[in-house]
Amino acid sequence: MSAVMQHLFGIAQLSKNQIEHLVNLGESFIELSRRPIKKAPTLRGKTVINLFFENSTRTRTSFEIAGKRLSADVINISASTSATKKGESLLDTGETLAAMQPHVLVIRHSIAGTCEFLADFLPHTSIVNAGDGGHEHPTQILTDLLTLKTQAGGYDGITMTIVGDIAHSRVARSHLLAAQKLGYKVRVVAPKTLLPSHIEQYGCEVFHDFDAAIPGTDALYMLRVQTERLTDNCSFPSIREYHEAYGLNSRRLALAGDNCVVMHPGPMNRGVEIASDVADSVRSHILDQVEHGVAVRMGVLTALCGSAPDPVKRTPRRELEEAAMRAQGKLL
Amino acid sequence: MADVIYDNAAVNAALDRMAQSMRGKDDVVDLIGIERGGSRVADAIQQRLEETGCTVQRGDLDISFYRDDLDTIGSNPEVRPSHMPHDVSGRTVWLVDDVLYTGRTIRAALGEIFDYGRPDCVRLAVLLDRGGHQLPISADVAGLLHAADPGCSVKLVSEGDWYIEQRRVRS
Repeated sequence: MSAVMQHLFGIAQLSKNQIEHLVNLGESFIELSRRPIKKAPTLRGKTVINLFFENSTRTRTSFEIAGKRLSADVINISASTSATKKGESLLDTGETLAAMQPHVLVIRHSIAGTCEFLADFLPHTSIVNAGDGGHEHPTQILTDLLTLKTQAGGYDGITMTIVGDIAHSRVARSHLLAAQKLGYKVRVVAPKTLLPSHIEQYGCEVFHDFDAAIPGTDALYMLRVQTERLTDNCSFPSIREYHEAYGLNSRRLALAGDNCVVMHPGPMNRGVEIASDVADSVRSHILDQVEHGVAVRMGVLTALCGSAPDPVKRTPRRELEEAAMRAQGKLL
Repeated sequence: MADVIYDNAAVNAALDRMAQSMRGKDDVVDLIGIERGGSRVADAIQQRLEETGCTVQRGDLDISFYRDDLDTIGSNPEVRPSHMPHDVSGRTVWLVDDVLYTGRTIRAALGEIFDYGRPDCVRLAVLLDRGGHQLPISADVAGLLHAADPGCSVKLVSEGDWYIEQRRVRS
């Protein structure tokens, strides 16, 4: 590892070497989860708090299992049961939890930049971004890279085709950033309503016709249609029409090469973005992604706990606020 | 400056002696090498044992996740997955390492072995015991002995001709 890493906010902050280090570290943990006794003492005495303001089953469970298999104490807090419901601000929740001296806070929030914001005020806690709005989801990308590395002969120079709701997808955005650093190619496929403007700045190819994007693809990456974020009623036609135009079915899969793999960050909606028979086919590595997710998160927690500063005396919030503003040039 | 303290001939003679003393009454010997140096030593001993008609059950451990110094050295940049294809429960297993120093690696390896099963007996074979133990751990079989200064690093070079070199890292 070239530089000591205290936080994991996103792919944007990582160098190529750091990404590859985290993927390799994750790879070495795959075997631990296949043992009869799935426990190593690596993170004994460390505390990991999962703070989830958005619903999530797989990411939260994945972090929880990763921490527990490495002997960390893992505490889960979801927004519906937290003091946020009682009117506590995000910063107060963060400071309260940090005062209990955890080593790592794993945070998911619907607002982009939540982790960076909290990190300014919690200098003695490592923060992992488990998804912040439409911004980034770094551990998912590390997971996908590990799946590509172990199941598809690597990610170097491949062409990945990401299909679906690109506009709301932090996974797509993080992949576009990773692709630029690691040198794989990304094609994005979506109706115009589900594509952000200026997507070309990421150096990807843009398609509106799914069939045209398939030949030459090494990995078909399907995204869930995030109906909870599609609130305007006009960007999404109907499930049936979407499936016809952008769903992955066996006819489309046949257009791809024999070595093309199918991936999905989950949760998937069968019959919407992916047909059931494709999801269950041998080409589908969706469950491998889930398995690798645990291994990658073990690696991330280990990397952060191996470099986290010791908890020391707290600095009053006022001073931290002023320091942060000064750093951004906002304080006169 | 690195000094060669044992050359290829001395190392090979030590490996011969080790294989001889590890060959018990049983015709099946369980060897577990500690990545990475220990695995190379285990390979060499396996070859010698098999030449005498012994069956060897091999495993390899990477003890990076079992170390007690994550806070001080950070996560290991190069970790290899452990590979333990045989059940160790009820067996006598030989743990093999290249250099025995503080004993912390062995302590970590013992922890890891017991996560795979419950061996009857664990024995330790090292190519070189350099002294300076910090834990009540000693080798059952040591091919070579060398009392090294704590300021020196002692390591096995196993590319091409094998030899053991000593290098001063701090005064």
